[in-house]
Amino acid sequence: MTNSSKMMDQETVRRALMRLAHEILEKNKGIEEICLVGIRTGGAVLAKRLQQCIKDIEGVEVPLGILDITLYRDDLTTAHTQPILRETLIPFDLTGQKVILVDDVLFTGRTIRAALDALIDFGRPANIQLAVLIDRGHRELPIRADYVGKNIPTSIDDDVCVILKEANHNEDEVIVKKRGAQ
Amino acid sequence: MIGWKHGDLLELSDLSKEDIERVIETAKAFKEVSMRDIKKVPALRGKTVVMLFSEPSTRTRISFELAAKRLSADTLNVTVSASSLQKGETLLDMAKNIEAMNVDMIIVRHKSAGVPQILARELKPGVINAGDGCRSHPTQALLDLFTIQERLGRIDGLKVGIIGDVLHSRVARSNIYGLIKMGAKVTLCGPSTLIPPEIERQGVDVTYKLNEVVADADVLMCLRLQKERQEEKYLPSIREYVNAFGLTKEKLKQAKPDVLIMHPGPVNRGIELSAELADGVNSVILEQVTNGVAVRMAILYLLFGKKEKAS
Repeated sequence: MTNSSKMMDQETVRRALMRLAHEILEKNKGIEEICLVGIRTGGAVLAKRLQQCIKDIEGVEVPLGILDITLYRDDLTTAHTQPILRETLIPFDLTGQKVILVDDVLFTGRTIRAALDALIDFGRPANIQLAVLIDRGHRELPIRADYVGKNIPTSIDDDVCVILKEANHNEDEVIVKKRGAQ
Repeated sequence: MIGWKHGDLLELSDLSKEDIERVIETAKAFKEVSMRDIKKVPALRGKTVVMLFSEPSTRTRISFELAAKRLSADTLNVTVSASSLQKGETLLDMAKNIEAMNVDMIIVRHKSAGVPQILARELKPGVINAGDGCRSHPTQALLDLFTIQERLGRIDGLKVGIIGDVLHSRVARSNIYGLIKMGAKVTLCGPSTLIPPEIERQGVDVTYKLNEVVADADVLMCLRLQKERQEEKYLPSIREYVNAFGLTKEKLKQAKPDVLIMHPGPVNRGIELSAELADGVNSVILEQVTNGVAVRMAILYLLFGKKEKAS
């Protein structure tokens, strides 16, 4: 078995996001009071793309926010290197909104736990739904996604890399590799 | 970006250019936290921050206290005039007793230069210098740098005039280091008795004529005339100082129209600068105060991120 395998490419990422957009609209019966909040950095890029997908379908731009969850992490003083803090930009009131929280990979669920705490400090949303591109399993908290681009079974010591064009790459790719492999 | 390796903040000159950039970048994120409805994040939950201030302070103490509280740390104030120092205990003994109660960070202001260094050497908790004598006031300089960067988009290449009592000013000493490190050109201006001798060695220009510094400055930093440190005769009279070095609307006429006027506070209205200018469109004095909280949050966050203090 090789150390690294490509699970998604440009086209499959595009189709998955388009399907997620349709699912979000179907479940919420339109775009009424919907907003997107992406978790930095991968989730923020995907949220922006979902915003465009929804615009392509409905012709309306839904509000988009970017969340940095660093200050809400449970490993802040035990992590090896301190993460660089970036701005949180949520330029609208979340109270009463249906918030679609967007992240690239759902793994232990700890990032989402932190994001939920952070969101609730910004207001009282009507509900919070979770959209992820990849669900790789191994949850450590009772958290699940409402919308999943692709389920990828992994071993606990695999790394899942979501490579997106916006971060200066030629094309989108999702790669699973053994930890430490090139 | 390289890692943060400091567990104490004693002097600005302990920080590299990259460190200062990291503080400015981090403070930007924290400024947003203070604009929220719920101005609190759980980053330092369970940490204890002690403030040991043996000199009067409103701004710096409140600013640090708010910064720590907005990061969810617990804070406590030791009022020196009501402490066991009055019974003859030494500052170091008192600090060791506070340390014995397992606190995590000590923020200290003292009239003697070097006190923060002694505490940092002797104690396990991190130490932040909130002003020691005439020597150093690193967080004030960092918030000034942040304010300049935010307002003008850069520090590199700017012309900054520092006006007034440089001799007694820890704010000036820290700012001189920080501004030069970030690439600004610094000119000091004040009565010759209040400009430290040979200060040019630090890479600054000196002038004794206010109009020379006002004419081409991008930033004018007024220093407080420290009346409590004027027992010796540094000045013939306050009035003469005001005539020569007090900034007024009239004297500002030849300045760039968008020059930033800064002051570390507290302002002696009508002495360092006129009330009209302190409240005018060029003044960023209250913005400096707002930014002070964000910068101190950034400092606390970064210092706590460094787990073990270097011994």
